[in-house]
Amino acid sequence: MKTPTPIVTRINGPIVTADGMGGAQMYEVVQVGELGLVGEVIRLVGERATIQVYEDTTMLKPGAAVRGTGAPLSVWLGPGLVGNIYDGIQRPLPVIQARSGAWIRRGEKVDPLDTTKRWAFEPLLATGAAVQPGQALGQVQETPLVRHKIMLPPDVAGTLHSIVAPGEYTLLDVLAVVETAAGPREVTMLQRWPVRQPRPIRERLRIAGPLITGQRIIDTLFPLGKGGAAAIAGGFGTGKTITQHQLAKWSDAEIILFIGCGERGNEMTEVLREFPELKDPHSGRPLMERTILIANTSNMPVAAREVSIYTGITLAEYYRDQGFHVAVFADSTSRWAETLRELAARLEEMPAEEGFPATLPTRLAQFYERGGAVTTLAGERASVSIVGAVSPPGGDFSEPVTQHTRRFIRCFWALDTELANARHYPSIHWLHSYSEYTEDVGAWWAQQAPDWSGLRTEVITLLQREDRLQQIVRLVGPDVLPEAQRLILFVAEIVKDGFLAQSAFDEKDAYCAPARQVALLRMILMLYRRGRDLIEAGVPLARIRALACVPHLLRAKAAFGNDELAGLAELEGRLQAELAALAQEAPPP
Amino acid sequence: MNFQVEDRGLQYTGAARIEGSLVFVERVRDVGYDELVEICDPAGHRRLGRVLDISDMHAVVQVLEGTTGLASGTLRARFLGESFRLPVSRDMLGRVFDGLGRPLDGGPPPLSGDRRDVNGLPINPVARRYPREFIQTGLSAIDGMNALVRGQKLPIFSGNGLPHDRVSAQIVRQARLLEEQVEFSMVFAGLGVKHDVAQYFIRNFEDSGARARVALFLSLADAPSVERLLTPRVALTVAEHLAFDCGQHVLVLITDMTNYCESLREVGTARGEIPGRKGYPGYLYSDLASLYERAGRIEGSPGSITQVAILTMPSDDISHPVPDLTGYITEGQIVLDRDLFQRGVYPPIAGLPSLSRLMKDGVGPGYTRDDHAPLASQLFACYAYVKRVRALAVVIGEEELSALDKLYLKFGEAFEQRFLNQGEYENRPVATTLDLGWDALALLPRDELHRVSAALLAQHYRQAHG
Ligand SMILES: Nc1ncnc2c1ncn2[C@@H]1O[C@H](COP(=O)(O)OP(=O)(O)OP(=O)(O)O)[C@@H](O)[C@H]1O
Ligand SMILES: [Mg+2]
Repeated sequence: MKTPTPIVTRINGPIVTADGMGGAQMYEVVQVGELGLVGEVIRLVGERATIQVYEDTTMLKPGAAVRGTGAPLSVWLGPGLVGNIYDGIQRPLPVIQARSGAWIRRGEKVDPLDTTKRWAFEPLLATGAAVQPGQALGQVQETPLVRHKIMLPPDVAGTLHSIVAPGEYTLLDVLAVVETAAGPREVTMLQRWPVRQPRPIRERLRIAGPLITGQRIIDTLFPLGKGGAAAIAGGFGTGKTITQHQLAKWSDAEIILFIGCGERGNEMTEVLREFPELKDPHSGRPLMERTILIANTSNMPVAAREVSIYTGITLAEYYRDQGFHVAVFADSTSRWAETLRELAARLEEMPAEEGFPATLPTRLAQFYERGGAVTTLAGERASVSIVGAVSPPGGDFSEPVTQHTRRFIRCFWALDTELANARHYPSIHWLHSYSEYTEDVGAWWAQQAPDWSGLRTEVITLLQREDRLQQIVRLVGPDVLPEAQRLILFVAEIVKDGFLAQSAFDEKDAYCAPARQVALLRMILMLYRRGRDLIEAGVPLARIRALACVPHLLRAKAAFGNDELAGLAELEGRLQAELAALAQEAPPP
Repeated sequence: MNFQVEDRGLQYTGAARIEGSLVFVERVRDVGYDELVEICDPAGHRRLGRVLDISDMHAVVQVLEGTTGLASGTLRARFLGESFRLPVSRDMLGRVFDGLGRPLDGGPPPLSGDRRDVNGLPINPVARRYPREFIQTGLSAIDGMNALVRGQKLPIFSGNGLPHDRVSAQIVRQARLLEEQVEFSMVFAGLGVKHDVAQYFIRNFEDSGARARVALFLSLADAPSVERLLTPRVALTVAEHLAFDCGQHVLVLITDMTNYCESLREVGTARGEIPGRKGYPGYLYSDLASLYERAGRIEGSPGSITQVAILTMPSDDISHPVPDLTGYITEGQIVLDRDLFQRGVYPPIAGLPSLSRLMKDGVGPGYTRDDHAPLASQLFACYAYVKRVRALAVVIGEEELSALDKLYLKFGEAFEQRFLNQGEYENRPVATTLDLGWDALALLPRDELHRVSAALLAQHYRQAHG
């Protein structure tokens, strides 16, 4: 008996049903119809498969042929990823542009990596060596910033039977042959890995040390650990994207993966325009030399948006396995969750909260679990940090995506519409945000500035007290407060304007090095402490407010760059002198 | 428009079921997803529809012109063998079409060999050019604080009874680029608005001499509501042709997106879909994005599409799904404020919730003036403080305010009455707008203004208070 040829029986947007699919596997990639639209099997019942198609299905007809590929949806891993920009299923957008212009047509089949390009390969092992999974055979200078390790695939171990001499090779050239228990295995620069499956590691580690972002409110108040997970949540226009861009630009990760997931096309264009021009503050090289972009914008097919998150995190894991500290930015995980909802609805699944499928929390957990600080198979310390944007409807954090995300992350940056409306950026709210990484990063900071932890506690306490006082002020005005409390209001304003607010567009201030963060905060809190003493000694607050240095204090962040700490110290000296002069005048107690 | 398709496609008689705007046709063959369908009623009138769901058993057809008068036994459905395509041509400027692109003005269908799928294709982000040319609208609230740039999508969030039509008409009348005198062509899509609103815009285009440069697509309040789902797509398809094939700068004005979303909700409900927030379908975000993202500039074409979509916020609620999801997609929003309107301020553009995200790249040295961005930032900060002082004044009384807070009240008054407020036919050069901003700031002590550099203060700040 002839096995039936697989054919399409129903099309409902991106969800296609096909019969005669007895030979298919779950999550197998298939090609649908004449154009060979790329899809993935997401449900199998007997001979019938449900397929999620990553491209527009307009004019696809029942009866169209379905071809299996025998493999689950996988990405290509190898040199050439860095500096590239891909769509959700790893099609390189520049190649698509070269082939079909400004518009993305359906059925484009493009290799993710250039298989003709020759890379200078430098072997690190010699014939006869005993080799383990994940071990580096050799390396390739992928960009001036990235020395790409060519690793043994996670399932290959044995003895190195042969390895090529240093020289130029393509991704498909056999570089080595390993004698394994199951026979000889050829190794090339190119590996493939199924996106929905985490890549193996040796062990998970405790987080030690911060991901320095150069953003004061983050590094000083709500730090993210290297290998940690954070969510940045807020209504539209509160600054999720700009903050993530800031972090992608300035944080001290070695590889950046930015996943534009269901957001604006122009925002990706902006990254593409800026990153090649901007210099990494740590290496002085163009940022694009360490960045990979995934762009599945809001007008691109929904199913591909679902997978873009996995494509991105798999690439991140691959660089982690080479020993890099990688940071992943996903903007926005809410759009990704909505695709789960939309696809579930089309599959007529029973919805749980607000129409989201009951699997939403599991899916979120699986995503964030793929981050972390680890020992790689090769024994190196490496990490994947994840920052996910959350876009709650109406800016209301009680909705399912925000709520479930909070269970799986340990750092929450709550953006506040009121702050954003007042153009206080980043509009991260100092009372609603939190970080559970403070202890993990404390040791690192203690080496930079022994007083960091104390300053941090002091400023948080100050802001909390100010908030309580503001509640009184809103009822009765500030005049009834004693001078000591009005000093708190005064200094809190300086903290907000002169320290927490940080414009992404200010050349000097966009990136604030750790030393400058501490210097600024130290100076402001010095004013607070000395001011308290002065008020106790009977000096009116008005005199402190009127000190000549105060306006300079507010502008100091933009006046003195990271290499102008001497200017800051000089200002601090002047402020001290002015305060000392006031103390001289103080009436005896 | 060209729908002579008598000899095209297969015809079926009778439908299993008619429900809302949907017709279920059984045992169809060779029909594609999203295929265009022509439904014929017993009187021989034809209506267009499209396939929403197709299986080897039946097709679900959404009838764009409504199902009133159709009977399941007698209707005839002809499947046209392709998705909805629209012939596009430069000659569509100066003309009036219905919501599906058929002439309403008695003129002939435009001649064109170029028929485009109205759904368009996604723009490759690599091929986009980042928008950055400042458009002067002559409105201080926009130019000074929320500047519009060429290729931006910047909607107007309004409410019932607020003057969004007058404000958008003024923008259309006055919008121009600073450096060149390039004229915009315009595409206007009226979705579920009344005849008098459409007439208002048409008169306005005529009075300003722009009529010949505007293509109008009208799916007015009395047209079947499903038709509205295609009207913006039809309009944007024409806009893309004008911008990216003909190299023109196109301003697309769409009103009212709330009506569009309601049609989408109706269709979702008729299909028995699981509703999302406030009954709107869960895919509202993606659907809106498929419209709003059709704005911008691309490599290899001098043209651009700038989108101004008007929507009315039900109960003035900015967190309602329609404004909320729009705000999540567009590059900012201009919010009209009922309180300002009631106090007689025109245009009543809210000071704080309005935002132009592309402003940062479109103003400043080389575009407008170097004080533009810091001045706007300072005005926002001071006005935010005014709001706090006003709230406090309500509680403790104005007299009890500190001297400084009283100055802020004065500043707030001046900002609203002299900066925001202007005539409906007053076209302010951006330099005037900026100077007015400095005039308002002059009411505040210099030390309050720390968002602007000392150098800019020295140049522009003229102390006014005693
Ligand atoms: N750190 C910052 N410095 C200066 N401006 C900022 C900063 N953060 C945000 N902004 C301003 O806020 C605007 C909106 O920010 P952004 O685009 O990041 O919002 P979002 O939260 O991503 O919104 P959406 O959810 O709609 O995508 C920016 O265009 C910019 O004008
Ligand atoms: Mg964003």
